Parts: sequence; C-alpha cells; structure tokens
Amino acid sequence: MRQQQPAISKGIDWSLAWIYLLLVAIGLTAIFAATYKEGDPVLQSFLGFKTDYSKQFYFFLFSFVLGFFILLTDSKFFSATANLLYAIGILMLLVVFPFHSPIKGTESIIKLGAFNFQPAELCKIFVALALAKYLSRPDTDFTKTRAQLIAAGIALFPAALTILQSETGLALVYFSFFLVMYREGLPSAILVIGFSAAVLIVATLLVEKLTLAIILTGLALLVIYFTRRQWKRRTALLTQIIFIWLICVGIQFFAVPMAFKKVLKLYQVERIYSTVGIDVPAEYMEAHLEEIAKNKDKKKDIDYNVRQSKIAIGSGGFFGKGLLSATQTRYDFVPEQRTDFIFCTVGEGFGFAGSFVLLTLYIILLLRMITIAERQRSTFSRAYAYGVAAVIFFHMAINIAMTIGLAPVIGIPLPFISYGGTSLLTFTIMLFILIRLDADRQMVLR
Amino acid sequence: MSVFNQSRSRIIRFIFIVAFVVIVVQLFYLQVISGKYQQLARDNAVFAKVVYPERGIIFDRNGKAILNNTIIYDLMVTPAEVKGLDTLEFCRLIGMDTVEFNKRILEAKFKNTAVRPSVFKGLLTKEMQARFEENSWKYPGFNLVERPLRSYSYNAAAHILGYIREADTKDIENSGNFYRQGDFIGKTGLESYYEKVLMGQRGVQHMIKDNKNRLVGHFENGAYDTASVAGRGLRTYIDIELQQMAEQLMANKVGGLVAIDPKTGGILAMVSGPNYNPNDLTGPDGSKNYSKMVLDVTGPMLNRAIGGRYEPGSTFKPLGALVALNEGVITPSYGYPCGGRYTLCGHGKPACTHAGGGHAANVRLSIANSCNAYYAHVYRLTVDNPKYGNVKNGYLHWKEYMNTFGLGVRLGLDLPNENPGLIPDTSVYNKENANRWTSCTNLTLGIGQDKMLTTPLQMANAMCIIANKGYYYTPHFVEKIDGETDEDSSLMKKFRVKHDVLTHIPDTAFSAVIEGMNDVVKFGTARIAQIPGIDVCAKTGTAENYTILDGRRIKLPNNSMFVSFAPKDNPKIAIAVFVQNAGFGATWAGPISRILLEKFLNDTLMTKSKADLERISKANLMPAYFKRLQYKEDSIRSYKWFQTTKDSTYIRKYTTGVFPEKSKPAKKNPVRKPNEILAVLPERTNYLATGKSPQA
Repeated sequence: MRQQQPAISKGIDWSLAWIYLLLVAIGLTAIFAATYKEGDPVLQSFLGFKTDYSKQFYFFLFSFVLGFFILLTDSKFFSATANLLYAIGILMLLVVFPFHSPIKGTESIIKLGAFNFQPAELCKIFVALALAKYLSRPDTDFTKTRAQLIAAGIALFPAALTILQSETGLALVYFSFFLVMYREGLPSAILVIGFSAAVLIVATLLVEKLTLAIILTGLALLVIYFTRRQWKRRTALLTQIIFIWLICVGIQFFAVPMAFKKVLKLYQVERIYSTVGIDVPAEYMEAHLEEIAKNKDKKKDIDYNVRQSKIAIGSGGFFGKGLLSATQTRYDFVPEQRTDFIFCTVGEGFGFAGSFVLLTLYIILLLRMITIAERQRSTFSRAYAYGVAAVIFFHMAINIAMTIGLAPVIGIPLPFISYGGTSLLTFTIMLFILIRLDADRQMVLR
Repeated sequence: MSVFNQSRSRIIRFIFIVAFVVIVVQLFYLQVISGKYQQLARDNAVFAKVVYPERGIIFDRNGKAILNNTIIYDLMVTPAEVKGLDTLEFCRLIGMDTVEFNKRILEAKFKNTAVRPSVFKGLLTKEMQARFEENSWKYPGFNLVERPLRSYSYNAAAHILGYIREADTKDIENSGNFYRQGDFIGKTGLESYYEKVLMGQRGVQHMIKDNKNRLVGHFENGAYDTASVAGRGLRTYIDIELQQMAEQLMANKVGGLVAIDPKTGGILAMVSGPNYNPNDLTGPDGSKNYSKMVLDVTGPMLNRAIGGRYEPGSTFKPLGALVALNEGVITPSYGYPCGGRYTLCGHGKPACTHAGGGHAANVRLSIANSCNAYYAHVYRLTVDNPKYGNVKNGYLHWKEYMNTFGLGVRLGLDLPNENPGLIPDTSVYNKENANRWTSCTNLTLGIGQDKMLTTPLQMANAMCIIANKGYYYTPHFVEKIDGETDEDSSLMKKFRVKHDVLTHIPDTAFSAVIEGMNDVVKFGTARIAQIPGIDVCAKTGTAENYTILDGRRIKLPNNSMFVSFAPKDNPKIAIAVFVQNAGFGATWAGPISRILLEKFLNDTLMTKSKADLERISKANLMPAYFKRLQYKEDSIRSYKWFQTTKDSTYIRKYTTGVFPEKSKPAKKNPVRKPNEILAVLPERTNYLATGKSPQA
C-alpha cells in the first residue's frame, strides 16, 4: 500500500466528493433564497458573516478544510481512537446538562462564543465509529444475543441522553444504526418484528382499540384454525401463536395508549395524529389537561407547519417558480424554512424537476455508499460506511417525508442542505472519514 | 473478513429505493397532479389591494367646482416599531393623555397585531397634521396616511350634492357584492344618483404579503395590476351664487325652494330648510354631526324641495284655469258673479277675500284677484262636464290633467327619494263617501286644497309648463357628464326629451293665464315681486295648518307660498318657494322669489332687495313647537336608553331642571280625524305641517 509519494488523492472516491459539493451548493442556494431580502448587496452579504447564507458559507469552508485534514489523517487513527472518541462524545452530552444555553424548547445546545454547538448532532460520528469498532472486534460474536445487546446499547445510550435534552427527533436518528446491525447479522426476525410493530402501531392510531382487539383475536383464531394439523403435532406452536396474540393485544390495548398518555407530550401526540390525518381522540386529550391549560394562550394550529409546507412545495408545480419568485418560502409562510423545512424552498423554487434532481443525488449518494461499504476488506470500514449511509438515509427520508406530510414533524435537519453549522460539520466529517477509510479499503483495520 | 450476507445489502438498497420512490410519488402528486396548492399559495401570499380612484368633481353652470376632493391624514401606528418614544411629549403634541395613548396602542395590537399598521387617530386636523409632520422623525412607528375626502368648496347645496358614507350591509348586498366593507358610496343627492359616474373605476394591485400580512412588494412586478380610473366630472345647471343666496334666504326657515330654467329643465337652485353645511359631514366630526342631525326633529336631512308635501293652495289656480279652458267648459272671457263666498254647494264655502265689483269677470281677473269661488266653480264645471257622463269619469279626466302637469306623480329628477305628492284616486272618495259623491264633495281641489299635495319641485315644474306654453323638460341638475359614454347618454336620455304634454292647449288660454299672473304682480297680491324692467308672472298662496302635539290639535302660522317665472315673454327662470308657518304668501315667499329673480336676471340687487335680503336672512321662522317636540323625542329616547341599559347619563337632565312648557291648545279645536291628518303627511316627519284652507 505505502508508496514513495503518498498523494492524498490516491484511492479517493471522487463521486462522493462531487455529490457532496453539489448538495452543499444546493443548500447554500436554498438558504439564500429563503433568507435573502430585496436590496441586499449579494456579494457583500455573502462575505459579511451577517446573513444566514453567509454564515453557512463560512461553515462550509471550515468543514471543508477540516475534511481536507481528515483526508490527510491515517485511517488507523479512526479505528484506534473510536472508543475514546465515543467516550468524549458521551462526556460532551453529559456536559450539556449543566451548561446548556437557555434557548427555548431544547436543552441540547452549548454556546461557544458566537456559536451554538449541539453535541447530540456531533455524537452520531462517534457512535458510528464506536459501533463499527465493536462489530469489527475479533472477539465479537454477533450471532450471540449478548453482543447484539451491547451493540444496541452503544447506539441507544446517546439516544437516551438526547431524549433527556428534549431532542426526541435527534434521538430517533440513533435507531438508524439498527440497519448496520442488520447488515452485520442481526436476525431478520427483528426486522420483521420491527415492521410488524410499526404496522400495529399505525393500526392502533387508525382503528378504535376495541375493534382492533377483536380483529386481532379473529386473526389469531383463523391462524389457529388453519394450522391445526401442525399444532396438533407440536403443541408449542399453539403456545407461540397465543403468546404473539397476547403481545399484540397488549401493545395496542395498553402500551400505545399508555405511551400517548404518559410518555409523549401532547404536541407529539398531535403531530403523530396529524400525519395520519385524524384528530387526537378525547381520551388522550384528557390525559394532557395540564399541558393544555399551560399552553392555552399560545394556541397555534398544530397542522400549520405541514400545511404551509405542503402548500409551498405543491405550488412549485413541475418546473418551480424560480429561485426568488417563490412567494411561500420567501415571505416566511413556512416556519423553520432555512433549517428543518429547507426542502420547501427547493420544492417551491425548482418544482418537481428540482426536487427530483435533489432526491436523485441523495439516492445516488446512498447507493454509492452501500457499494463502497461492500468493497471494504475490513469490517470496521464496512460497518462505518453502513452507519453513515443509514444516518444520512434516516435524516433525508424523514425530513423530506415530514415536509410533504408523510411523516410526523420531527425536527431533524436535511443533510448538507439545512442551515446549521453543527449539522453541516457533522455530516462533512462523517463523509470524509468514509472517503478516507475507503481510500484505504485494501487495508484491514481493527 | 468474508462477506456476511450479500442478500442483506440488497435488502438495504431495496429499503432506500422504496423510500425514494414513495417520496417521489408523493412529490409528483403534490406538485404536478394536485392543482389546489397553487391556488392556496396564491391566497396565502397575494393580497389584492384595491386602489380607490378620485371621485368625480361637480361643477356649477359657470364651471366652478362646488364639490371637490381634498386630502386629510390618518395617523397610523405600527406598535412593534415604536421605540424610544417620549410618550409625554407625543401625547401633548396630539392632544391626548397617556392613559388614552396606552389604550390605543393596546387596541392597535389587539386589532392588527404589533407588526401591522393600524389607525391610531383618524382624520387629523390640519394643525395637528402640521405639528406631527414637523416632528415626525422623533416618532418611529408613527406615520401619516392620506385619505381623500369630499370637500364642498362653497359650503352650500348640501341637499343637492348629497354625501358619501361607508357602504352598509344593505348597499353591499344590493350591489351584488361589488362594494366591500369600508368602501364609500354616495348615499343621497347627486353623489348617489350619479354614483357610477362619480366613483370611477377601482384599480387592483396584487401585492405580495408575508406570513404576518405585511405587504412586501408587487406580485409578478405588477403584471396583473390594473390602474384606477378617476371618476368623471358632472357639469350642472346650478348657479352656485344663486344657490348660496337662496340658502341664505331660507336660513332658519322650514320649507322648500326650487328654481328651474324652463327652456332646459335645468335646476338652477334648490334649497330645503332647515339646511346644513355639507362640510359638517366630512372631516373629523362627521359622524358626530351626522347622528346629531339624524335625531333633530326639524329634519335637516330631509330635502323638502322634493320630499315635502304641501297643499298648493292658490298657487294651483292657474292650472285649474288652463284645464277648464282646454276642456272648453269656460272661455277666457268667462266670468263668475262672486259675492264673497261660493254658494252653489249649499254650505257657502269656500269664502273669498273679495266681494263683488266683478273681481272675477274673466279668467285674467280671476287669477289677478285669486277668486276662490271662481275656481271652485271652474273645478266643478270641469269634472261635471256632460261629455264624461258622471262625476267619477270627469274626475278621472281631471286627474289625468294633473298628472300631465306633473302633480301626483314623480317627475324623475336626478335625485333619489323624490316624493310623488298626492292627487287622490276616485277610490279614495268612493270609500270615504260610500260610493256616493258629487263635485261638491271635493270642491276645494279647485283651489289647491282637499287632499291635493304637491312638492315645491312639482309646482316649479308646473310653472315651467305654463311659461313654455305647454312643454317641459324633466327637471334635472346635470347638463353633461365629462367624457360622456354611451352608458351615460342612456342615463341622461330622459332629461333631454322634450315633453310636449300640453302644447295642444290653445295659445289664447295660455295668454289669459299668463297675463293674469302678470297682473298679480302688477296690481294683485304679489306687487311685492315687481322688478323694474322685467315682466314677472307670479301667484301667491297661503295655507292654514295645524299640528298635533301632546294630544291636542294646535293651529300653526300659515304656510307662505309663491310661484313665479320671468320674464313673461322669454321665460328664463321659474321659481317655487314654500315657507312653512311664515304667514301670508306675499310677506316671505314673495320677496324671497323677487330677490332670486333679480339676482339671476340682473345679477345685481336693488337697494330695497338688499335690505330685504338682510331682513329675511336674519329672520328666524322656525316654528316654536319644534322645541317641545325635540324635548319630547329626546326624553323618550333617553328613557328607553335608561330602560335597556340602566345608564342614566342621558335621562338625568330630563329628571331635573327646567323644560319647555306644554304648547297651548288651539281654541275649540279638538282632534277630529287625527289619523286622516297624519296619513297624508310624509313619513317620519309627519309633524311637519301642511296647509289648510288657503286664501288670497
């Protein structure tokens, strides 16, 4: 591997780099469109660090330089320091608790001079590295439940901390690491169970719970009837069926209502219900009387964000209205449009064509990452690549899905596009570590 | 390390692609298939701002603008931008205390949010505006916004010009939602009749608004905007100087006055007393003055020149003569031996001021001497004409004549709310007299009494018909509209048609009547209307009248009436003047007419007329009973207010202190048929008396 003159460019996957630059450029354009006010001198304000697009531009420069340094770093560095970095990441998350800045609605931000820094965002890198490290350990036998539980623990411990900082959205991102584990040998059954659970929960939202219980019972009886020959031979099967039935009914009859009443906040329940398009049932409203009483003077229609965002995107038409003629996003109809709802700007300004191009860039990026992952010799690199792909996929899919009303509103940024220094920095670092690792794909890292 | 399982990588790829496809499909649905979002976005972001055109200007016959536009300012506030304000100084500047200041800021925030401008103080006075402009740099968040206002440059012609107010729900409904809340619409007068011409064409600016409804620019650079078109001017026949003088003369009097140019039907002046200054309804105190006037029992808002109904009395006699002459029941030389009263109906009524001496030896003399018996008889001859078989048919014919003279029908001038007056139908008499009646029943119709009611406008128009010897143009104010369109022409068409209603009456008949009216001025009751060098034709009238107050019928001073036209051979102006409760026809209405004739025909006044002008304009002939009436109305209203709201603010002054005495009852005059009397009076102002039994 070692050559006389090691060029950084050697082995680098340029397609990732180019897509990265394209996405960042689109992001800057979109932020510019969303925040530019008529009459501002464009160049001046771009360099002035006053406007959002200017700030994002400098964030990008900083991230890019950092990415360059990553390319200069030895690949072994990442595998070697993975556990340490994870520890540092957890420490940072813990430090947030006493030192977070008093910004409303979140307790996850530390103020560093002029910058707001969000460790929960950055921590994703360390989790991806640490998980890869754990999975690539020679003495990890991932077929064992114990190893699977440890891996899940590595991924979900920061998530738990993040939830404590009122950043449920960011915490959910950590669940995307199950994709890595799946690739590395988590039983398929877990995926099936996860999917079934999702279907069951959605069904709970849509169908009245007693009716659903009856339907489930009916289904169970049918299965019992059709499998009568099998369970007559093997009684354990009957027990299993009844056990599954019990769990399902338990979830839909007790667990989900319990979660909606006691665990989730009212606004979260409302967001979930507004995604499936029905009102929150009275029994859940009653469980949140305290919260209703507290917020009764700031009654904002929960649907507002999604409705405005759908209007903005929908009004873009096929080719869009053009960058600065997009009325909805230019005039602040969509809240959070430079951060979480940045996709509206693209959708309105560039229409279906533009949105399609953006999505295609993402899917190429993701599929390319899978390809890259699969060509790695070392498990560490592969697992890490899957980790990066999974995180970006989760961010992208959920973010866009929420702007077009397919998913509940979860405040997570669109990778490379949304305004936000920490987010851009995180994804840049993640991507450039991947590029670095890939450049050394022939090497076996432990 | 070996590859664990290639199929899992494929499944993960598959999951990615499924998510991609789902998102693309939803995007395709939102952006391409479903069109509703475009409209929603438009509703969200585009605000159609209406641009109001300037209203049209109204000119008098000499091209003077008598109704014009001016600009007044509203003080607007954007609460979010108010920073570092010296509240105390600011309050002193605009004359407001700090409590009120804070209240208004709160109100503005509540109504329009803190980021949008709302009216802080409407309609600033000129002085306040100047003070604010000087110091405006000290008050961020406050700015002045122009508001166009109608201005009546001569403080005159209130009833003619009318006024504009914000359109109410009924206006909006009637216009098929053309008008919107907050639009101004002509409510009365020419402002209302020519609303379409005066209002111009509204423009629309499509403005982009942001999420807080602030306007931030033109949508698509104004590609969909339309410019407003200013309202067009009206050129009227009004002589504003004549109008002003007429208003001066009618000051503090109740009644109506109309002056018409017989050749064109153009109305030169029209006054209703009591009058008001039209500028009182615009400007800062407009609403206050409006409600005050609405509650005034003297009815300053009522245009008595077209809405007041009066018995014409003796002024009707020339018409009676013309009808009889045309019907051939009398000739110009027909005479009646009047001995002081009319005896042929058995009750010796009506009485006559003259007795004997051949004062009614022919038509001309009968007019000059205003013989009651003669005209009662002539009326009877007309309706009892054997040609028509019976009195009912005869009456119907007579009524038809009246209608062609414009009595009992609306003339259709270009003002709203014209009253048709009253010439009763036979059914009325049938009902009252059990179907059996003769010409003696309504004998006094011949002398302009009984149930006959006319408006000053109708009498002025009737004078035009006599002056023109048979034809007239529908009385109207507007001669032409600036930049007249086809639509305008069809609006104006009816004023340009010559109505040859009575030109078939022989010239001899007209001459007899006109000469008779000339004699009235020369030797008769209207000598006061003599103008050296001008042959004036005129007829006086006086009507008794009563009103009912506090349940008693009280006699009021007579109504004074005067109709005239001049010059005799080439009539240029016809005037009808009705002054309520003023006394004898010649004492008030006569000189008023003379002064106006002089003013119009000579443009100067004689020394005598100048003195009269002085005397008349200073005279207050407002009937005393109005005071008592106002007191009653106000106290009843405040009592009702007290009953419904338990707020004693208004009633307190009626429970303490002195108040006007009850009116004295007329001698031995119990209420005979109160319903009948009330029935013939105009609505709402039914206490504004009409006349009874005229003389001379």
